[in-house]
Amino acid sequence: MHNDAAAAVEPILELRLAGITKRFPGILACDDIALDIRRGEVLALVGENGAGKSTLMNILAGMYQPDAGTITLNGRPVRFRDPSDAHARGIGMVHQDFMLVPNMTVAENVALGLRRLHRCLRLDLAEARRLLLETAARHELPVHPDAYVWQLSVGEQQRVELIKTLCFGAQVLILDEPTSALTPQETDDLIDRLKRMSAQLAIVFISHKLNEVKALSDRVAILRRGAVVFQGPTTEQSPADLAALMTGREVVLPHNEGRAQGGAAILEARQLQVRGDRGHLAVDGLDLSLHAGEILGLAGVSGNGQRELAEALTGLRPVAAGGIRFLGRDCTHTGVAARIAAGLGYIPEDRHHEGIVPAFSVQENLALKDFATRRFSVGGLLRLRALADHAAGLRRHFDIRCASTAAAAGSLSGGNIQKVILARELAREPRALVAVYPTRGVDLGAQEFIHAQLLARRAAGGGVLLISEELEELMNLSDRIAVIYKGRILKVLPSAEATRERLGLLMAGVIDGE
Amino acid sequence: MGNSFRIGYGAAVVTAATLAAAGAGALALLAVGASPLATYATIFTGPFKDLFGVSEILVRAVPLILVALGIAISFRSGIINIGAEGQMLMGILAATATALALKGLPGWALLPLTLLAGAAGGGLWAGIAGLLRARLGVNEILSTVMLNYIAAQLYTFLLRGPMIDPGELETGSGTPQSMRLPRAAWLSRLVPGTRLHTGLLLALVLAVAVYVLLWHTTWGFRLRAAGAEAKAARYAGISVERSLVTAMVLSGAFAGLAGAVELTGVHHRAIENISSGYGFAGIVVALFGALHPAGIVPAAVFFGLLLVGADMTQRTAGVPANMILVLQGVIILAIVSAKMYLNNAYAQERARRMWARLRRPSSAAPRPGGLS
Repeated sequence: MHNDAAAAVEPILELRLAGITKRFPGILACDDIALDIRRGEVLALVGENGAGKSTLMNILAGMYQPDAGTITLNGRPVRFRDPSDAHARGIGMVHQDFMLVPNMTVAENVALGLRRLHRCLRLDLAEARRLLLETAARHELPVHPDAYVWQLSVGEQQRVELIKTLCFGAQVLILDEPTSALTPQETDDLIDRLKRMSAQLAIVFISHKLNEVKALSDRVAILRRGAVVFQGPTTEQSPADLAALMTGREVVLPHNEGRAQGGAAILEARQLQVRGDRGHLAVDGLDLSLHAGEILGLAGVSGNGQRELAEALTGLRPVAAGGIRFLGRDCTHTGVAARIAAGLGYIPEDRHHEGIVPAFSVQENLALKDFATRRFSVGGLLRLRALADHAAGLRRHFDIRCASTAAAAGSLSGGNIQKVILARELAREPRALVAVYPTRGVDLGAQEFIHAQLLARRAAGGGVLLISEELEELMNLSDRIAVIYKGRILKVLPSAEATRERLGLLMAGVIDGE
Repeated sequence: MGNSFRIGYGAAVVTAATLAAAGAGALALLAVGASPLATYATIFTGPFKDLFGVSEILVRAVPLILVALGIAISFRSGIINIGAEGQMLMGILAATATALALKGLPGWALLPLTLLAGAAGGGLWAGIAGLLRARLGVNEILSTVMLNYIAAQLYTFLLRGPMIDPGELETGSGTPQSMRLPRAAWLSRLVPGTRLHTGLLLALVLAVAVYVLLWHTTWGFRLRAAGAEAKAARYAGISVERSLVTAMVLSGAFAGLAGAVELTGVHHRAIENISSGYGFAGIVVALFGALHPAGIVPAAVFFGLLLVGADMTQRTAGVPANMILVLQGVIILAIVSAKMYLNNAYAQERARRMWARLRRPSSAAPRPGGLS
């Protein structure tokens, strides 16, 4: 190896954590955890939201100090006082949210973190490029060093994050839910690449998705309530076993058992055209109709107009041409508030900034759409008591885990934020619900719960438009599955006729001959 | 290491910030050859020597409270109003014109009309910036600052020309000021022998009103939601554009009202430099008071004390009154830095570690963590 960053530290053969304990006010985040990771293997770390995975990895990456316990590298105890300490020892973490400067090039982003390239007022970009290309070549991660980060797709940005971390000399690579923002194709690609890279590295892979864990990892460690409840080779466990170990009970994702009830069409789009942010027609001549008492799945690779369609249906994005009817009335140009009042629910893709007001309390967020109704206000004055009671009821029913309903919603974990949104939308008993990636990035237990809730809405006679990339989810829940490609519906299949292969082909734009 | 640590940490940060501000201020005072101790003593004790001093603190606090309440509304609603100074001037012009034009009305009608005119003047002026932002996306910081300049020029022009007291032209002295307002348009004095007027009561009532508005009404809910996360507000069916304009108009109305109160309570005629920088100091008061009425009232009194004390240092300690601006700046820097340390979990974690390391040698057994 002639990489001078990597040569500066001794190769890590084995990393061992013993007795790691970390407390936060009111929570024991890590409880006497022992783990070991060796060069050349992939360790998957799985557990529900709040099981302590992120805390544990933040300790390993030097962000937090453990209250007790030791970390040993190649048998020698070490202490990481801060992230740069951990970096210097060869431990690198790729966070769930990318830490890249969008208006800088890839090479500049790498150079940012390499102190030795900063010479007085001069930045040695040529050296950064050289190091970048060399690392990219060694790990087979093609990138363009002079591309601006904002020009790259999410998958490519992910790759830049990986290379950046490797350029800093990482030998233990911690990946915190690296696939949560990727499309299925990008995910498969990433898993392939990680598999090949693992010969030269030790990789810790944090994920909710058990099929990815199965595909990638050699060993798996399962955390539950801050403790390791299982550790062993991945091959011996089926995804169902892993799920049971993770949640402490049998997890059965619910299925749509009932037959389609064939209710009236409640939400219809006719020859709909909607412009995307860049002015192009993201939705281009789309026809769709959602019936009462059904779940209509919308399958498609993200970026084919799903977001624009959802926003047009809910009134957040103007319609360029065509029409939308809701409950038999034309509402092509009706405002958001009127559609909400008429009974249209929406679970948005961006749950952190659109689904909730992060600075508002959980109870304020639960009434975000209804605070002005007679139930929560009299003569313009809010009935704070009613807000609190409403929130307490929903918190119980939807099992929202928060210190109190007065806590800021933004401080909750992703899965619990999603439950807040779901609780608010479902408590309004919407006639039609548009749900966009409702289970993305949430743990298995929460996923099971969300699926059951969507089915319950269907059983109660509501219509659900389920926009998702997870074929499993679509096939389990939908009565019919529509496939969207380049802003148009390519085909609508009855759920019984939908197979992974057929959907996969349609999503790629291939219409099967009949 | 739970709550007791956090309280200790907060106290330590506040103490350090206070010491840093006092220290930096002392250096500046030494540089102009004044004694820091004597100056600080004058600022913080001088105004309390007699009733007049105390009343003056409150006289200064009144416009500061009103301006800061408006600033709090705008900041909480996601639109930043730096134009309170100009809105005050427009409020004063509108109030003066109204009071002089309706001279014959009795006090119960004239005074409220005058104050309302002030609020309307400030509100409309701010509304320009609000509309520009909502309709055209013009940055409101830029537009409100520019509107300040226009308002200041307009104010000077009117006081030197169309609105000048005819008496000034007759005597030929030409002081740029308006005619005296009719007595019916004056706010009455609260304490005889001082300048303290009933505007103080108005300010306190409005502080409560703003609290109720923001946290207990559906209107305030909309404003705050649009301010905290515009995307989510839009998603919930709230018109963010309307909310921005409303917040700006309301904010300007408070500044305009502050001008009208200063006019009818203290000066009784429009004069030059009547706003005395309250429009800018009010922003600092609002931030110092954590954008909450319960914080703004004491913060305004504290800044009132600084202003009155600074005037006294000029007389007693020979320190130029402009030095108080330096001290104000130092205090603001200290507050902003202290806030960073108080809110930054990373800094807190580091302090916690240092504290733990300091404690370990003193206690024989390692203490278990957790809530104490």
